[in-house]
This record gives sequence, structure tokens and C-alpha cells, in this order.
Amino acid sequence: MKRLLIVLSLLGVLTTGTVFWLGLRGDPGDTTVASPLRAPAGVSPAERGRYLVQVGDCMACHTRQGGADYAGGRVIPTPFGDFYSPNLTPDPETGLGGWSADDFWKAMHEGRSRDGSLLYPAFPYTNYTKLTRDDSDAMFAYLQTLPAVKEARREHDLKFPYNYRFLLVGWRALFFRPGVYQADSSQDAAWNRGAYLVQGLGHCSACHEARNALGAVQSRDNPAGGLVLNWYAPALAAPAEAGVQDWPKQDIVRLLRDGIAPGASTLGPMAEVVYESLQHASAEDLDAMATYLKALEPTQPPPARGAVQVPAHAVEDMAKRGAAIYTEHCASCHGDAGEGALPAAPALRGNRAVIMASAVNPIRVVLFGGYAPGTAGNPRPFGMPPFGSTLSNQQVADVLTYTRSAWGNQARPVSAAEVARNRQGPLW
Amino acid sequence: MLRKSRLLTLFWVLVMGPAAALAAEDSMAQRMLACAACHGAEGRATGDGFYPRIAGKPAGYLYHQLLNFREGRRLNAQMTYLLERQGDAYLREMAEYFAGLSLPYPPPRPPQAEPARLQRGLQLVRQGDAARGIPACNDCHGEKMTGVLPDIPGLLGLPYDYLVAQFGAWRQGTRRGTAPDCMAAIAAKLNPEDIDAAAAWLAAQPMPADPHPAPGLPRPLPVSCGSVSATGVTR
Repeated sequence: MKRLLIVLSLLGVLTTGTVFWLGLRGDPGDTTVASPLRAPAGVSPAERGRYLVQVGDCMACHTRQGGADYAGGRVIPTPFGDFYSPNLTPDPETGLGGWSADDFWKAMHEGRSRDGSLLYPAFPYTNYTKLTRDDSDAMFAYLQTLPAVKEARREHDLKFPYNYRFLLVGWRALFFRPGVYQADSSQDAAWNRGAYLVQGLGHCSACHEARNALGAVQSRDNPAGGLVLNWYAPALAAPAEAGVQDWPKQDIVRLLRDGIAPGASTLGPMAEVVYESLQHASAEDLDAMATYLKALEPTQPPPARGAVQVPAHAVEDMAKRGAAIYTEHCASCHGDAGEGALPAAPALRGNRAVIMASAVNPIRVVLFGGYAPGTAGNPRPFGMPPFGSTLSNQQVADVLTYTRSAWGNQARPVSAAEVARNRQGPLW
Repeated sequence: MLRKSRLLTLFWVLVMGPAAALAAEDSMAQRMLACAACHGAEGRATGDGFYPRIAGKPAGYLYHQLLNFREGRRLNAQMTYLLERQGDAYLREMAEYFAGLSLPYPPPRPPQAEPARLQRGLQLVRQGDAARGIPACNDCHGEKMTGVLPDIPGLLGLPYDYLVAQFGAWRQGTRRGTAPDCMAAIAAKLNPEDIDAAAAWLAAQPMPADPHPAPGLPRPLPVSCGSVSATGVTR
């Protein structure tokens, strides 16, 4: 008995020790790896950093509406509470004024602040840890050239127990391994460059992969997309969602750069990514991302999350009412058979944005409408009207149930309760 | 005609298999259809009294409002969401498109207020209240109150609810313009009875025979306004 107790307590100490070691160990990182992005010759680190910060879309989180660029303060609502982004300008009191390139590297590579405290993974250091030291230094050099803005950091407003920062020790032990991107020698330079951008700097998985109950992206092969900022970020590897394996490469580039492509357009947070970040990416980087995304191993359609059951006997009536609503409000642009009218209105028949298992995006598009981003390649986009004040939750459910099941579309019905849930929350 | 085109579509579906996408008009009207959901067909407003008419308002005024929504000075989540990722040139084109629409105005709703309130409203609109530093509406919005090119909006043809809501928004800081924010300053000096009376009187006035904005003002503005360019004054 006594021996068992000793063994058990030894095991306990060992486990605790391992967790603390995994969660707290320092990792200087391999600082010798050269960036797969191959900085063009003759460009200063700060200039290079300006580009990297833009392609990484740091602004999306680190600039609040109406606030100074990169001065932080934007709220990022999550299931764990509201995060407020910190100030990246070189203000000595409230920003990165007193920081060194080493401090910045520690944040990007290890997810630790200058004082050693653990950072919440709302800051996607699980992606940024893949960045090379030269790219991190360039980004820091650029941020230090910004005008210093005094904007005090707003405390995160997190629910219990997530407000206890030390619990991140356990989270890191489970979900975080620091490590600079290691090139896959079986792939060419463009693929590796794309992988570095998609997995690292572009931090695509921060939105496009489902998170588990503890807010971690579950695995590299995760088949499901993520629910972020009240939109559904479709799975990048699933041909039923955002997979582009069978697209011509120039169409992938158009979607990333212009915000629209044949059969697809960007709305919500992805429109912001295109508008602020990707439309400014270099042709080589866009080509590399397209190369990498096109080569992703296709995954099965993810399961529907958040679906509210609709009784089978109700579906027929819903679709019948939905057909009438469709004729009144939708058919004049999208056509009687959902065939669309280009360039203004996309086809709804066979449109995976309409028929994917998650109904979040179709619901939000009907409620709030939207325009694709006004980019250099598409400066005068067409728009979808918001029907939130015209149609009731039941009517939105009816018309979507019809649209998702007509003309050969075969997607599950949408309930009024699901529509009600998506009327709430901020718009992005 | 419509029926015929639908029959034709049906024919294509049945005979030719799945229909190819129709061609849509590549025009500003087609691009701005999203606005009609709230602002009415061609921006002529609907009967619900909250969403304003935008057709025929001065282009500079509309452009400034689009910028204010996009940049969060004027708070309306739906408007900000629709405009957030559009460039200045496109916003300018939107403003000019709606400014260029000359559509008939419906007659105003019969006055909802008793004569004393309307009288008080008339006085505020025409004369202001010098003792409290409140200029007359006419001084800026034009003698006929149909607005002044290119930046000052008209005050007629707008519903009571919309007018009252704007004063509330200026007072609460949810509608701001470029500094100095003249309307916020004026709204702060008005009490709820003033706002009610002025809005009731304005909402009851028919449009004059020529509803277009005036080309300029006879005198300089009595207050300084960040969103009004100097060209608003006739020289």
C-alpha cells in the first residue's frame, strides 16, 4: 500500500513536472534558417518588414476602427471572452517602445511576452512560431518605424477560468510546440513558400480550422472549418467547402487577390483579409499560396455543427413557402432556377457556399447582405441586399431550406432557431 | 414580358438541361440594388419612416456620410459592414449615382402635431433662437431647405422619425461628422421639445416645385462645419 502511494506520488510529480517543462521551457529556436520568402536584394529590413506585416494582416487585429494604425484596442470576441489587441507602435509606455528584436522573437516564436508571461493563443503564435528569425526581425524593424501612439492596453475580459493566465502552462503543454518552418525537400520551392505563408505568416488555420473546447486548432489534418467572428471559415482542404484542388491556379490567385473568382467570392472576415492584406501580396507569394492550397490532400466534407433539427414533416411546407419567397425576392437576380446572372449575381445551384453543411454563412448573407471587397482587380463590386429587416427568422429559414434543396441542391434544411442565433453578434 | 422570359428559362431548363447563367446589366443601378432593401427602389425611401431617402441628395453630402459610416464616425453596423472594404473612388461614384437621380417626391403625411407645436417649429426653422446661439435651419440648408450644393443636405421630404433620430444620434455621439461638427454643436443646444417641434414642422412640408438643391448660399455659413467645403457659398 505504502509502496503504491510512493509510486503514485512519483508519477504525479513526474506528470506535473512534464507539464510544467513543456509549458514553460524556453526555446531559442533555430535562427539560422533562411526565409522561404527569399527577400529581394537591396530592400531594407524595415521595408521588408512592412510587406511581411501587411501579408500577415497584423492590422486586422491590432487596429481598432477609427484608431491609429497598429495601436491596438480592437476587440476580438471568442467563446472564452473578449480579447483586446495590444499596441504595436513604439510608444515606450503603452507599445513596443522598450522592446528589442529578441523580445519580439520571443513573442512570435515562443508566445511569451517581454516579461516572460505566457501569451494567450488568440495571438496566433502557434502559426508565427514557424517564422524565421530574419522575417521576425524585419517585422520588428518596420513596427519600430511607426509613429509612436500612446494607447493604453485594455485588459482582456475573459470568463472564468480562462482569466487565469497561468493555466496556459497546461494549454501549451498539450497544444504548442515551438519550431521554425522546416522545408519539405520532397516539394519544390513554390510549395514550401506557400506552406510557409499559409501555415505561418498568413496564419490561415487561426480561422479555417475548427478549435476544440480549449480553443486549440485540433490537428494538422483537421477536416472541419472554424466558426470565427460569427462567420464560418470553410475547411481549406475539403473540396465540398473551400478546397481548390480542381481549380485552375489563376482562379485561386484571383480569389485571394481580387476577392472574387469564377464561382466564388469573399465576404465577412475573409473580405477584410483580401482588402487589407492579400491584394497587396506579391505575384510570387500569391502563386506560392495557390500552389500549396491546390496540393492539399482532399478531405471529406466536415459534419454540420450547430444544426437545429427540423422535423421531417415540416420541411416540405418550409420549402413550399420558401419557393414563394424566392420568387418574390431572389429570382430577379439569381434566376428562376438559381442559375445566377453574371457578373452581378452568382449561381445558387451547385454553389458550395450555399449548400455546405454549415448554414452560418448563407444565413448571414441573407440577413446582412454584403459586398465583395473593392480591390484593384474588382474596384466596383456588386452587392447582395440585406433582408434582415424584410424577412422574419422563419422566412429566412424557409427560403434557405428551399434554395438548399432546389435545382439538384441537396443540403440539410435550416431552422428558424438557427437563423435567430445568427442575427446576433457584431458584423464583420 | 416577365412571364415570357420565365417561360423561356423553363424551356431552356427542360430542353437544354441546366440553364447557363443569365447576363446581368453591368451598371451602377445593378450595383446599388443592395441599397434598395432599406432605402427603397432607387433610394426613394420606403414608408417605414426610419430609412431616409437618398435619391437626389447633394453628392458631397452623401459622400461624407459614406465616409463617416465606413470610418465609424456615424454608427450603424449594417451600413459600416456594407461599406467597410470599399475605396474612396467607389464611394464617390455611389454618392454621385444617387445624387443624380431625380425622382418625384410623395406628398408629406398630414401634420401629426397641434398648431402650437408647428408654430414653434416654424419659428426655430426660419429664425433659430439667437439668445441660445441656435442658427435658423435656412441659414445653411437653403431658403427652400432643399439643400445646397455640394455638401449640405435638404431637410424636406424626410420623415419625422428619421429627423428626430438624427438629433438623438448627434447628442449621443453616434452620428459624428468631420470636426468641427456643426450639427453636433447645434443639437447639444436643443431640448427635446425644440427637436420635436422642428421635426414635426419639417416633416409636414411639401417639396417646392423645384426640389433640387440650391447652387449656393447667399451668405457665409453662420457656424463652421468640417464637412462643408467652401464651394457651398456663392461668391
